[in-house]
Amino acid sequence: MNKNLKEQVLRSSGVNVLKCMRCGKCSATCPSYDEMEYHPHQFVYMVEKGDIETLMKSESIYKCLTCFACVERCPRGVEPAKVVEAVRLAAVRQQGGNHLEPTDIPALLDEDLPQQAIVTAMRKYAK
Amino acid sequence: MQRIGVFVCHCGTNIAATVDVKAVAEALGHEPGVVISQDYQYMCSESGQELVKNAIKEQKLTGVVICSCSPRMHENTFRKAAASAGLNPYLVEIANIREQCSWIHKDIATATEKAIILGRTAVAKVHLNTPLNSMESPVVKRALVIGGGIAGIQTALDIAEAGFDVDIVEKQPTIGGKMAQIDKTFPTLDCAACILTPKMVEASQNERITIHSFSEVADVKGFVGNFTVKIKKKARFVDETKCTGCGLCTEKCPMKKVPNEFNMGLDNRSAIYIPFAQAVPKVATIDPNYCMMLKTGKCGVCSKVCSAGAIDYKQQDTFIEQQYGAIVVATGFNPINLDKYDEFAYNQCPDVVTSLELERLMNAAGPNGGTLLRPSDKTHPHTIVFVQCVGSRCDDEKGKPYCSKICCMYTAKHAMLIREKYPDTEVYVFYIDVRTPGKNFDEFYRRAVEQYNVHYIKGMVGKVTPKSDGKIDVQASDLLANEQLHINADMVVLAAAIEPDKTARPLATMLTTQMDTNDFFTEAHPKLRPVESATAGIFLSGACQGPKDIPETVAQASAAAAKAIGLLCKNSITCNPCVAHSDELMCNGCSSCEKVCPYGAITYIDKEFRMPDRTTKVRRVASVNPAVCQGCGACTVACPSGAMDLSGFSNSQIMAEVDAICK
Repeated sequence: MNKNLKEQVLRSSGVNVLKCMRCGKCSATCPSYDEMEYHPHQFVYMVEKGDIETLMKSESIYKCLTCFACVERCPRGVEPAKVVEAVRLAAVRQQGGNHLEPTDIPALLDEDLPQQAIVTAMRKYAK
Repeated sequence: MQRIGVFVCHCGTNIAATVDVKAVAEALGHEPGVVISQDYQYMCSESGQELVKNAIKEQKLTGVVICSCSPRMHENTFRKAAASAGLNPYLVEIANIREQCSWIHKDIATATEKAIILGRTAVAKVHLNTPLNSMESPVVKRALVIGGGIAGIQTALDIAEAGFDVDIVEKQPTIGGKMAQIDKTFPTLDCAACILTPKMVEASQNERITIHSFSEVADVKGFVGNFTVKIKKKARFVDETKCTGCGLCTEKCPMKKVPNEFNMGLDNRSAIYIPFAQAVPKVATIDPNYCMMLKTGKCGVCSKVCSAGAIDYKQQDTFIEQQYGAIVVATGFNPINLDKYDEFAYNQCPDVVTSLELERLMNAAGPNGGTLLRPSDKTHPHTIVFVQCVGSRCDDEKGKPYCSKICCMYTAKHAMLIREKYPDTEVYVFYIDVRTPGKNFDEFYRRAVEQYNVHYIKGMVGKVTPKSDGKIDVQASDLLANEQLHINADMVVLAAAIEPDKTARPLATMLTTQMDTNDFFTEAHPKLRPVESATAGIFLSGACQGPKDIPETVAQASAAAAKAIGLLCKNSITCNPCVAHSDELMCNGCSSCEKVCPYGAITYIDKEFRMPDRTTKVRRVASVNPAVCQGCGACTVACPSGAMDLSGFSNSQIMAEVDAICK
């Protein structure tokens, strides 16, 4: 278990994984469930255990659509999508920083899209 | 001149091991007014008390200070001892040199010094003590039960059994509450109506019980032993005394398209109706929102067919006022509204129902005569999915943070009953945890799994989608298999969270009782006083205090009745004399005290005062009802002019104590 990595994921996501009551509604609602090796509820549980490197290596972090259905439906307000995003960010940082200059972001913002989705898409596909 | 006696207790070694009790007695002997200062091994013992009593008599003491344990332990003991020796019990003060001194200190020198200061403080206070006399307040020998569900019925029956008159106020046209709507009860699977309706009849036939159905509590005044309650009897447009409950009017009424609330809106009733066959009282009620006669003045069929002449279209709401000694709250619960849960398609699909709706669908007196059929096309469902914890254990604004407690068991019951009656039906239950604490409860749930082969799946349903072919796609997670499932279901049953009835909050305001953030009534002590509210004379029965199943509700109902009977047995109650009083000459009528009083003990009165120039002036001043005041002292702190004072803990006494500590 990598304590610093866990700390980083918890801080950058702003999620309290201890609020999870293991109901699995996030995974029940996830539209890309079958594409993912690790599912939303597993992200929350594995981050709690500190098993983050396994998640960083998995393709699952790029299969999350950031649709926020899990965030919307979670009865405990855990926000699993933000955990997935934080793990993705940890992987991106490890690979040598962001692909996008922060100053470029405002021009790309669209009111109809969640801000997080745009940033995520840029990280995945820019360059 | 005051003659004060000081008695220092060793409490075995509890005090004496850390405090030099002889030095304390010696030091306090030099305080002004102290004529005798002694120490003794156990002051609370018979011989210790004799010591105090003899000193009171021989030394003609005007005040007593006991340096001992917390006043919570033995204040009453020493007050009684003083009273038996002829001294007013409120001239005794306790200096707590055990919990607040010997138990928390290690160093003898500092502990002794502190014990002397605490003793000196009590001596300073007792100088200003005045004799107080407890007032007696009469008890009206009649109880009010608010709510006529199983909780209210049980409480009323028990109180009546003890020989006291009881009134039940029920807002619906009949008593019976939620239990009347339930088909079977867990874990015995006996018929709910078969065990409830005899109790309803018993309540209606009991000479000591008066049922005010279709009525609400409009106003509550007064205090323990002497409440004055105004009850609003809503107009039912039928004379209760004449109606025989024959039901002819309900058959002949031409307006038959009214959603039947007793069957959860799953079928229709007429505008004039009797909620169900065993209703008590069995009296018709006209629904003014649908009655053609009341809306347009054209119809009058019920009036024509009624041979008893009971129909009265001109009936008005009436109010009755009654005195009560005790009030029992039994306002019960309701399932929460599921409008916000779009993911379960409750509003889109008629075949997605709540558990209470399923009860009616399976009930012989329900819309399908006891055959389980899909509400949409009246066909037999072959795959049924149950979803647990819908709105329970939620940390968002849609649901409730608590566990609703009854859902695990009634879902197991439903699943079992369906498998028993329709073995060709597959039943799935999605659960987060199965909670079955209770006698024979887990065995019951295991029977559903092992004997009836109900598929329990650990996981939650994420999405319910009605399909064009009439089926319902249920997307869910199976956490143990680590897969996402799609079940092609015919019906979905949602175990909706339960919440207190909406009428509970305004009622709590009228009764000046406390509620928690979920609108459940707060008990006086969560463990040791579970059926009393913090307001004297108000008792709690059933689910208004927290989620409960039927056995627990009945147990609490009888417990609340026992507490109410204990109060009603007394001819009068002794009031705590340490109550607030206002100095009317200083009171400026600002209402600050009235606003902070948690018991509603303070009212404002207009009073005539003689002015120095011989004129009279009417001024608005605070008046404390000593029978209601609990002596908390909030008003004395809030009063900006210093007019409010608390007997036994007066402002001057407290300042004298502070001075003594700072000396």
